Amino acid sequence: MAARYRLPDPRNVMTDQVILEQIPQGCRVIDLGCGDGRLMVRIRDERRADVLGIEVDEDQFVKSLAKGLPVIRADLDHGLNIVPSGSFDFSILSQTLQEVRHPKDVLCEMLRIAHQAIVVVPNFGHWKVRRQVILQGRAPVTDSLPYEWHNTPNLHFMSMHDMRELAEELNFRIVTELPIIGGKAVKRAWGANLRAESALYILQGNLDAKEIGRTHSIRPSQPR
Amino acid sequence: MSQELIQENSENLDDHSIGLVEKECVTLFEPPKVLNLAGGGRLGPITVAYETYGELSPERDNVIYVCHALTGDAHAAGWHHGAEKPGWWDGFIGPGKGLDTDKYHVVCANILGGCQGTTGPGSINPATGQHYGRGFPFITVGDMVEVQAALMSYLGIEKLLAVIGGSLGGMQVLDWAARYPERIGSAIVLAAGARLSAQGIAFNCVGNRAISADPHFRDGDYYGKEVPRYGLALARMLAHITYLSEASIEMKFGRRLQNGSAFAYDLLKETEFQIESYLHYQGSRFVERFDANSYLYITRAMDYFDLAETYGSVTQALGKTSARFLIVSYDTDWLFPTSQSLELTNALIAAKKHVSSIELHSPFGHDSFLIELEQLAKIVSPFLDQTLKSVQH
Repeated sequence: MAARYRLPDPRNVMTDQVILEQIPQGCRVIDLGCGDGRLMVRIRDERRADVLGIEVDEDQFVKSLAKGLPVIRADLDHGLNIVPSGSFDFSILSQTLQEVRHPKDVLCEMLRIAHQAIVVVPNFGHWKVRRQVILQGRAPVTDSLPYEWHNTPNLHFMSMHDMRELAEELNFRIVTELPIIGGKAVKRAWGANLRAESALYILQGNLDAKEIGRTHSIRPSQPR
Repeated sequence: MSQELIQENSENLDDHSIGLVEKECVTLFEPPKVLNLAGGGRLGPITVAYETYGELSPERDNVIYVCHALTGDAHAAGWHHGAEKPGWWDGFIGPGKGLDTDKYHVVCANILGGCQGTTGPGSINPATGQHYGRGFPFITVGDMVEVQAALMSYLGIEKLLAVIGGSLGGMQVLDWAARYPERIGSAIVLAAGARLSAQGIAFNCVGNRAISADPHFRDGDYYGKEVPRYGLALARMLAHITYLSEASIEMKFGRRLQNGSAFAYDLLKETEFQIESYLHYQGSRFVERFDANSYLYITRAMDYFDLAETYGSVTQALGKTSARFLIVSYDTDWLFPTSQSLELTNALIAAKKHVSSIELHSPFGHDSFLIELEQLAKIVSPFLDQTLKSVQH
């Protein structure tokens, strides 16, 4: 049987670097699904940022705590009532949007609690996924995680094209769109929706409409 | 302590016990420097009973103050000579335990108004030579904290690495953060909230009525006479139910009968079911060690506790300290449900504080923080390690 295409691992360190590069010094950042707190430590130390993590798993929660990080145990699927509106500059959701029950609700929550949302999603528009579906007739699974299609935490499959459509529907502005190819962010990549294994989005809510135009908005070419 | 004493208790001592401990007493607030109470009264002198475990570091930066709950006392850990049971949090305080006495200097004192060594309504008023009784002034959680802070000063400890407590103890922790924001490095709040809920006040109301309706209560002037044991036992039985959960009662007793397997069909039989026997036992044991007036004064202090009322808002109350917070609740606690902890966490995020919070799974209801000690240590111990690291930087 031919090797199956594997989705990016949420624990991929290279994604952390791409996210870190988006964060200015001295801001307030909330990491949704912070896991063992690895990314938060870097944001805290390398960006001198005020951080807060949200994590549902108790063992991961303890690992974050043991790094001296503030962390709150909560399930993203149950909303983030615990976090007051507008309390952060950035909310981060790395490789997790496809795992939540209601991605729309989570995106709305992210932009309620923070000025901007940084979302990294796997791109199911990748040519290998397409080839696999067409030639092998098999669903994609995640690299290095012991899951099959029937027990995978991935509940949703989206492409870069789909993400743009969702942002538009929610009236969120895409401040930044960065295809991640070979673990590196590639600005204005050609054929991004075919080549990127993941994509990073910085979204901004419609409440900040007055700010539109102040930041240069990237208008990528239409994906194929 | 002598070797002989240690051997005497050796069957009770494991490798993780701090061994024999002794209660100490100090008298503070000697007139004319008496304590001005929140309710307008003045009180002094005040004797404080306390215990300490573990070595104080030369820098005096490893102190953890333990705030006990409603009916606790200064004897939090280790063994008193000849005692049948260790301190009330012995599973959590000791070498290698949640509050590791190899690293930390732990202090616990009986609260103001209590009846286990610290001045309370059952103490002798030096001005009259009589028991205070109902002449004892009204006290609040804040007044309890004032006495604890004075004790710390007396012990030469300016700053605490952590203040920790559950239930009423958690309320004291919160008041510490509001009252002495500069004096604490972290605050660990277990199964508590920013205020006692109306439901909590309701339960206290019934318990207190049970005491005051006991003919032996005599307006609190029962010292040297028969004490209001039925009223106090009843108050304890009711309160005890609120510390358990449906699941824990089901698990421990179910509908099992106390004697035999068949109903007695006898209305006069008070303890048909095991749960009834258990509650009666809890009630009668409690009367032996607790003073009814103390119960009334302390539960009233709990009723009055409301951070927002006292300090403007929860965010204002907790906004002045740079302490780290750890807020823990339990999924089966219906006296201080998780919603109360979430309110605290929410306010702390709004105040831009370093806050961690978690709801733990346990069948044991409100009492979980006294029972599920390994689970609690797994959270508290790394939190304390990191707090110590941050202050030593």
